[in-house]
Amino acid sequence: MRRIPPALLVPAVLGLLFLVLPLVGLLVRTPWTSVPRLLAAPDSLNALRLSLVTATLATVLSLVLGVPLAWLLARVRFPGRRLVRALVTIPLVLPPVVGGVALLLVFGRRGLVGSWWGLSLPFTTAGVVVAEAFVAMPFLVVAVEGALLAADLRYEEAAVTLGASRWTVFRRITLPMVGPGVVAGAVLCWARALGEFGATITFAGNFPGRTQTMPLAVYLALESDPDAAILLSLVLLLVSVAVLVGLRGRWIGEGGMA
Amino acid sequence: MSLRARVVVERPRFRLDAALEVADGEVVALLGPNGAGKTTALRALAGLTQNRGSVVLDGEVLDRVPPERRRVGVVFQDYLLFPHLSVVDNVAFGPRCRGTGRAAARREAMEWLERTGLAEYADVKPRSLSGGQAQRVALARALAVHPRLLLLDEPLAALDAGTRLEIRARLRQHLAGFEAATVLVTHDALDAMVLADRIVVLERGAIVQEGTPAEITRRPRTDYVARLVGLNLYRGRAADGVVELAAGGRLSVDAPVTGEVFVAFPPSAVALYAQRPEGSPRNVWRGTVMGVERQGDRVRVELSGAPPVVADVTPAAVAELELLAGQPVWAAVKATETHAYPAQV
Repeated sequence: MRRIPPALLVPAVLGLLFLVLPLVGLLVRTPWTSVPRLLAAPDSLNALRLSLVTATLATVLSLVLGVPLAWLLARVRFPGRRLVRALVTIPLVLPPVVGGVALLLVFGRRGLVGSWWGLSLPFTTAGVVVAEAFVAMPFLVVAVEGALLAADLRYEEAAVTLGASRWTVFRRITLPMVGPGVVAGAVLCWARALGEFGATITFAGNFPGRTQTMPLAVYLALESDPDAAILLSLVLLLVSVAVLVGLRGRWIGEGGMA
Repeated sequence: MSLRARVVVERPRFRLDAALEVADGEVVALLGPNGAGKTTALRALAGLTQNRGSVVLDGEVLDRVPPERRRVGVVFQDYLLFPHLSVVDNVAFGPRCRGTGRAAARREAMEWLERTGLAEYADVKPRSLSGGQAQRVALARALAVHPRLLLLDEPLAALDAGTRLEIRARLRQHLAGFEAATVLVTHDALDAMVLADRIVVLERGAIVQEGTPAEITRRPRTDYVARLVGLNLYRGRAADGVVELAAGGRLSVDAPVTGEVFVAFPPSAVALYAQRPEGSPRNVWRGTVMGVERQGDRVRVELSGAPPVVADVTPAAVAELELLAGQPVWAAVKATETHAYPAQV
């Protein structure tokens, strides 16, 4: 076997430790004896349920809006396409708190859209979904667009010569063929939504049972009840890992259409 | 005439401009080297590439008709069967798109599969088909929309040599039974000869020759065609039975031609000698061996000289003459074995 250069091996191992150690710390410091008491607390259960529900709804919203957006970017030539692509990815690099402020300015009671449709989104569960989708949807769009660009366009052309309209081509050829890419994008999107903190607390606030998701509960508990914070973090970690592993075995692991 | 088309496609440093007419039931092969524009021409006919010319099918101008409403069947190179659909759903795709109900479309697709002898594969995914089977499914899928024009892009290129012969024969049967116009693209002369009623030779975006396979074989008009059909081809000026060749040298021919002519003869008509042969009414000239290549039970020898020539000799002759690259030899061709014909049609 060829020797691995130490200049690469040492930083690589350090990097791995850096990523794994905090997770180990979480496991080591978990107050196992008080687990039943903490888990039975209604606030924890509410926060967990709310997180799962809102992250899933945010992912559904992102799929419904994001897949067509990705298709538009990958398949239709229009002026300013590069600009649109840049705009779509802004939430990826924007500090989430800024996103929350921006959402308030638009959907708030006196916001651009909020004052016009008379619906109050901020500080509601729906607001949580909106904040999470705003931050997480770009992950899905980028992943799906990448899958669309990598797909063999000739299959779509073959479908067109058989008489398929653009909508039929999308529904029966494009979407099934980029399926694994869409699933991967949805998983990324869901994981990002599950962990969303900044935009949520800014736009939706921190009301237990209504807008207090797991990350917010963890942050709050860290001051009042550190043991609870550790346990909630562990639960969040386990849920994320479980979903990733489950999906990987099912779809992602198969690796694209041949 | 069923198809009357002029395809004009302009790309940076490439221009395709070709006029095509194909009758109902006729099979026309677009034959040409890689990069000649064959596939581009096919795509323009199908409406997948912008055509600055015009496509008229059964009297209808298709230039503003989008590809999904042209009813032009295409068998693509690599066949492009949808990998996520079963064989029968691949074939039923076209009828479904044209508004046939799910059950009726499947029934129709099954009929096509039975006709091509693939009914037992109806429910498998395309990836488990052999190349020949995939080609038949692709053909069935294209025919299932009852196309007014059938286009085939290198239909045999993806097959290995062993199955190619049988599949070529079978494809010929299917094409013979198809009543509308067919255009197929190939770079293989044999495929074109076997499958097509008429051959159109495309080089660098322009048609350089068209005719029946027999005409093309007997009277090639470019080096490419001559090499494809395995002939030595020269252009020159004929007077009194002697042609002064543009490539250098002269050849006596056995035809009453004058003016600009082509002279063609097969490599097997060329004899090679170590010394200048004496006393026969032959074309004899000196050449240098450039390459020696075994082809089946013959050996193909490439000579430079005036003119350069390709000869087919026996392995025994190669050994006897000690033919190696760089070796000088004499080439001889009987006037009666040459074929001379006017360059202007």
